[in-house]
Amino acid sequence: MFPLSIKGLRFAPEQRVVLDGLDLELSGEGISIILGPNGAGKTLLLRLLAGLLPPHAGSILWGAAALPDGRLAMVFQQPMLLRMSVFANVEFALRPQAMSAAERRARTDNVLERVGLAHRAKDCARLLSGGERQRLALARAWAMQPRLLLLDEPTASLDPSATEAVERIIREIRTEGAKVLMTTHNLGQATRLADDIIFLAEGRVQEHAAAQRFFAHPQSPAARAFLQGELPWRIAFDR
Amino acid sequence: MLATLHDALSLLGHFDHRLLDIVGLSLRVSLSALVIGALVGLPFGAWLAVADFPGRGAVIVALNALMGLPSVVIGVLVYLALSRSGPLGSYGLLFSPSAMILAQSMLVVPLIAAVSRQIVEDAWKEYAPEFSIIGIRRPQAVLLLLADCRFSLSVATLAGLGRAMSEVGAVMIVGGNIDGYTRVMTTAIALETSKGDLALSIALGVVLMSIILGLNVAAHYLRCWAVRRYG
Repeated sequence: MFPLSIKGLRFAPEQRVVLDGLDLELSGEGISIILGPNGAGKTLLLRLLAGLLPPHAGSILWGAAALPDGRLAMVFQQPMLLRMSVFANVEFALRPQAMSAAERRARTDNVLERVGLAHRAKDCARLLSGGERQRLALARAWAMQPRLLLLDEPTASLDPSATEAVERIIREIRTEGAKVLMTTHNLGQATRLADDIIFLAEGRVQEHAAAQRFFAHPQSPAARAFLQGELPWRIAFDR
Repeated sequence: MLATLHDALSLLGHFDHRLLDIVGLSLRVSLSALVIGALVGLPFGAWLAVADFPGRGAVIVALNALMGLPSVVIGVLVYLALSRSGPLGSYGLLFSPSAMILAQSMLVVPLIAAVSRQIVEDAWKEYAPEFSIIGIRRPQAVLLLLADCRFSLSVATLAGLGRAMSEVGAVMIVGGNIDGYTRVMTTAIALETSKGDLALSIALGVVLMSIILGLNVAAHYLRCWAVRRYG
């Protein structure tokens, strides 16, 4: 499944170029964080990797294969929760996997315990708070034992306490061997979590570097401007 | 006028057996049609919501159009099918409660299917990306969506019962409005009014209105309760 190799990826719906020949290579370890301005195509890149959209050009190779041979999970900014119990919202995601009902129950109980939602297992999922909802979505993804976990701004609109809880879970998932690829607008969070940073702008990867090096010495002018809070390329790109 | 109203209330107050027979048959026919309508309409509507095939749009337009089909047209079609020379004539169902159930089912199935298609499709748009990544196949998705939308679908189903109970044209044609056998509330009201027996008509009208009102109250409170309980 790894290295994940993306070459010349292009996505341009209705003549609007969002990704324009994006190249990227990812190893199978650690947490990679995608940074970039709004509209840079961060979420789109995750959706293309998840197979939710077909690219208009370019290739995605998982090792040497066109399709991932390991499990892939994704947590969205607004997690999808069925009008069912917290337990059922995790358990249903295991049904496509070949395992007995007892195994499904045991694994569901285990992940709910680890994300701190075991005491709410029987409650309706849609009545959870924002932070609990995101922890539940992470529990569902975790239960699937993914080789690659895609996270689309998992802490957007969460308070610091809920954000800390989500970050702790992400670290645990990484420790268990899953590769994590996530987007965020929170630079503090990127500093805390990231092993490496992928900086996206103008439809391409402008910089891909170890997190410490990226924040200390950004190499590309675009990344420098982004970190300083200036976004000149958006105006140029929109033209 | 007051005397007629008094007679109507008297029939209701004394649980007039003729009135009870008519109400009982109405409920039996309409609830049977509702069960058939739900068993066919809910899965079909949910399947259509997630299905992807050429001509799907045309099927949806046809289904929506069938919702507004006049009941007398359904009555004529069922009559032709069940009449002695029709394809189902050998079963001898014409002018029986079974024929009325069949006619009302044909009215209710498109209504439940069309409304459930819309409800499930809205949910499908929200859930499809996650289902796709998890690996949920479409048959499993249909079952999950039916379970997830159960409260909204219950309201749609209750609307189907209202449509069945208030219908008169089709059951009149295929049931024949035979006293003590195929006479239901709506056909009885039509007949008794034309005969001038307004007391029975008003009494049946009160029962019918109460049932329809009760269904709407039930639908409203079911929805409110579901939102509070399940979000």
